[in-house]
Amino acid sequence: MLETTALACERGGLRLFSDLDFALEPGDLLRVRGANGSGKTTLLRTLAGLTRPAAGEVRWRGNAIGDEYRREMLFLGHAAAVKDELTVSENLEFAARISCLDASASNIRDALEDLGIARLGDLPARYLSQGQRKRAALARLALSPGVALWLLDEPFAALDDEAILRVSELCAAHLAAGGMLVLTSHQDIPIAAVDARAIELRG
Amino acid sequence: MQAFSFIVRRELRLALRRKGDVLNVLVFFVVVASLFPLGVGPEANQLRAMAAGVVWIAALLAAVLSLPRLFAADHADGTLEQMLVSPQPLAVVVLAKTAAHWLLTGLPLALAAPVIGLQYDLPAGPLGVLLASLLIGTPVLSLLGAAGAALTLGVRGGGALLGLLVLPLFVPVLVFGAGAVTSTLIGINPSAHLSLLGAFLAVSSLIGPWAACAALRVALD
Repeated sequence: MLETTALACERGGLRLFSDLDFALEPGDLLRVRGANGSGKTTLLRTLAGLTRPAAGEVRWRGNAIGDEYRREMLFLGHAAAVKDELTVSENLEFAARISCLDASASNIRDALEDLGIARLGDLPARYLSQGQRKRAALARLALSPGVALWLLDEPFAALDDEAILRVSELCAAHLAAGGMLVLTSHQDIPIAAVDARAIELRG
Repeated sequence: MQAFSFIVRRELRLALRRKGDVLNVLVFFVVVASLFPLGVGPEANQLRAMAAGVVWIAALLAAVLSLPRLFAADHADGTLEQMLVSPQPLAVVVLAKTAAHWLLTGLPLALAAPVIGLQYDLPAGPLGVLLASLLIGTPVLSLLGAAGAALTLGVRGGGALLGLLVLPLFVPVLVFGAGAVTSTLIGINPSAHLSLLGAFLAVSSLIGPWAACAALRVALD
């Protein structure tokens, strides 16, 4: 489904990695490891189609990534994309609408419930703590079970143990349902997966 | 189309919760345009002759003042990134943000302009033409300005650079917008000027969003 061929990325003229080949099939989990600055975020942004690779290409269902791919892909980067002026549920509703997901009030409430922040739904996001903000961003996972590919950049950063458990359960359920997951993480959080692999990026 | 309307609604809701940004631009426009009669003196003929030019220049400066925020906030908090990876066409996102920008800056400026025009002793006819020229011309400022805002996104001191970049592009709008009002004052039908403004609007509605999309993709690479 998702495959890269001879992928190479550069940042500011510095080669981060090259000749990266892998293929993901439904149910696969890929962990991207590496030291700070080894190119984990750049790899995820390249897979999301934000950064153009220096060489090689990313293919989805055998085609170059394009409009169809973006319908089947969820990318959560470092920035939470949560607006201070909007409430937590308004933020999630907008995220759902822009991704063409079901944005009904009950669905939004359930998603917040899944991340344990249902009681914060009507609170403007400016009052959220760092961890709560991260939970609000990750609530999109609960809305996206039908989205085939999840690309998560450091999903467990700033989360407490309870939230880590909730997020890893969401990930495991996604994989069990035939989804694919690529994640970068410094912690080794166990996620149940049929086929879990790891790649190590070296400078 | 659905995406267009919910992005516009979100922008308006954000502006409603952050009223200062919108009011700043409108107050800037009113203050600048009102300072000229005070500085020039009460000579009615002189004021009438310069009215359209002053109001239009104040509108251009107000637009430049408001443009840096068009994409900056969404860029900083990651919303822009999410818009790029979403299934929505980027052109729709850019057009929706541009339309919201006009509703929040261009439209209020245009509606305030006839009141400003009274300070310059403009008769009713030219006041109407001033309003019409601003209603047709200010969307051009938002459309071309969006391209400038996207090009200077993330650049240090981008605000000043943005002014240098877009003000020359605004010159035709200034010439024909102010020209429409001035020609009415000397008894010439302003429809030629207004038609040309309309042509600029048509051209910039193609070029502006296209350039802004390309610039945003580069800015987020």
